[in-house]
Amino acid sequence: MIEVRWHGRGGQGVVTGSNLLARAAILEGKYAQHFPEFGPERSGAPVRSYTRISNQPIELHTGVYNPDIVVVIDPTMARNPEGFVQGLKRGGSLVLNYAGDVGRLSHIAGELDVKVHVVNAHRISLEEVGRKIYNVPMLAALARASGLVGLEAVKSALRSRFSGEALEINLRLLEKAYREVESLA
Amino acid sequence: MARVAQVRKTAMMGDEAVAYAVKQADVDVVAAYPITPQTIIVERLSEYVADGELNASFIQAESEHSAISICVGASLAGARVFTSTASQGLALMHEILHAASSMRAPMVMAIANRALNSPLNIHCDHSDVMNARDTGWIHLFATDVQEAYDLTLMAFRLGEDRRILLPVSVNLDGFILSHSVEPLEVLPDHEVPEFLPPKDYPYAIDPSRPATYGAMALPDTYMEFRLQLHEALQKVPSVWGEVSRSFEEVSGRRYSMVKSFAVDGSDAVVVALGSTYGTLKHVARRLRDEGLRVGVASLTMYRPFPEDVLARMLGDVKAVVVMDRAYSYGGLGGPLYTDILSTLYRNGVEIPVLNVVYGLGGRDFTVRDAEEVLRMAAEGAERGGFPEKVVWWGVRR
Amino acid sequence: MLEKIIRGEFGYEDLPPAAIISPSPTSPSYKTGVWRTEKPVIDPAKCVKCLLCWVFCPDMSIKRLEDDSVKIDYDYCKGCGICSEVCPTKAIRMVEEV
Repeated sequence: MIEVRWHGRGGQGVVTGSNLLARAAILEGKYAQHFPEFGPERSGAPVRSYTRISNQPIELHTGVYNPDIVVVIDPTMARNPEGFVQGLKRGGSLVLNYAGDVGRLSHIAGELDVKVHVVNAHRISLEEVGRKIYNVPMLAALARASGLVGLEAVKSALRSRFSGEALEINLRLLEKAYREVESLA
Repeated sequence: MARVAQVRKTAMMGDEAVAYAVKQADVDVVAAYPITPQTIIVERLSEYVADGELNASFIQAESEHSAISICVGASLAGARVFTSTASQGLALMHEILHAASSMRAPMVMAIANRALNSPLNIHCDHSDVMNARDTGWIHLFATDVQEAYDLTLMAFRLGEDRRILLPVSVNLDGFILSHSVEPLEVLPDHEVPEFLPPKDYPYAIDPSRPATYGAMALPDTYMEFRLQLHEALQKVPSVWGEVSRSFEEVSGRRYSMVKSFAVDGSDAVVVALGSTYGTLKHVARRLRDEGLRVGVASLTMYRPFPEDVLARMLGDVKAVVVMDRAYSYGGLGGPLYTDILSTLYRNGVEIPVLNVVYGLGGRDFTVRDAEEVLRMAAEGAERGGFPEKVVWWGVRR
Repeated sequence: MLEKIIRGEFGYEDLPPAAIISPSPTSPSYKTGVWRTEKPVIDPAKCVKCLLCWVFCPDMSIKRLEDDSVKIDYDYCKGCGICSEVCPTKAIRMVEEV
């Protein structure tokens, strides 16, 4: 079983990202579970969401404390990823919406013994659609970096959730971010 | 087993799964208060109605008290009725919960269980439904999203059965299940009417045959009417047998009143309601591999209370831990604990019982917590007792 | 069965489920006229057919006739005296039934 913890800010679609990941995994015939960490919903406040993916039925109904993967979809939060790695398993992955100097991340990767994957979803979304949309590009980055779900399944999950222009924009961001993921050795 | 229908595998949140089942049940009336503590259940149903996918009256009430009152009237008119609420909303309905059951108005209500004020809290616990425990409703508990869907369909069939004619609550843990996406197998639309035929209510209001509803009954008859209500609930277990067999035929999934894992041959059993069962089962699987003889049980049906099943199930174990996500303040412990204590006492089973009160206001019950509780249960069996009667789990002191 | 229930000869299963009582109404069989200690008596000579008594009677015990004159149904009249109070011409007098 793989456990994923998502970080971002209220309004950025953290919950939807995690939701879509679970749906994509289920579409692929896997077992999956998505659940948000709810509180009073405040735009801009830190928000978490969780995804579990497994080849066996998932019976657990409790929080994720030792994730295999941490995704930070907000670029300002991702500037200081040290604040979001609590409980991240050694050998796990950190997936960041990152616009800064990639060089300083290798230090974190070494210290925590994790793989770090970055994509500049901030730039991609501004370039592609002129708006800041982070969750779907980061879902693409996560899919590419982890191999947890295939791109086609993610597209199907998007189609089950969006239609029209919103779908078209998200599909474009998905493709673009999927291609641009950078993994630190 | 006859034939399992072609199922459709999908993924849904608990809320969506309940709404989908209600749509497939082809309800006639949905009455609800739409704001906090409401969930996506009625939001989705209002969309189904607006989009023409569900031919029903969606009545937006100005309070939960009105919503449930509308449901009683609609049910007595012969309509298939659904509503949904949680926490303070259920508390506001309380007066009419009694009317719904004693007027024998079948309906289904999903409760996304949440804590009650004060302090203000929106997260999961069972205080809301436990306040409604003695209202004469049938109370069912789902342990995952699939069960929330299945039990919703079964609840209509059970409550509308002519031998029963009672309202049914389907409880799903607030947020933990209501807002979780999980895999879901749904029945094809055309299979549902076969399992759940249209409501055929024998006392439906008919202007051409006037009748008195909700009459006054003074001391010389009131108790007799209340005993009727109790007797109707006593018939539920046998009808449940039929309903669950019939559901198994279309779905392949079987529901007993009490579900259990590895209880046979165990020294100790931990009993819980709702989604905690899954967490306990997950951990118990591992601990059993280590040789710990501990099982887990959960009540799918909490009212009527499945006394006989539990007395048999717990009759041969050496210790029981009862998990309560609610409390009887000033009382002996949590409501499930006192129910199980009574069950054991009046069935002559003398074993130590520990009450673990946990998860109030949404405090997470973790894998580590589950492991500690399961080990504690096994230890209680080994030592022949527990050092305490009631433990408030994880409370800072 | 209704008579037996009224006489108190029943078990809980004999009572209509959920106290849903049909056929309805059953109240006509309950002759509340026996509660009365004073009865209203109409003086037709003084009655101006204004129908105020018919409007105000809480028990619908004043019957309106074809010509808008009124008649009292003593089977149900409880003798409350409201008709006598509201009559503008003092055409209704309350008479002791001792």
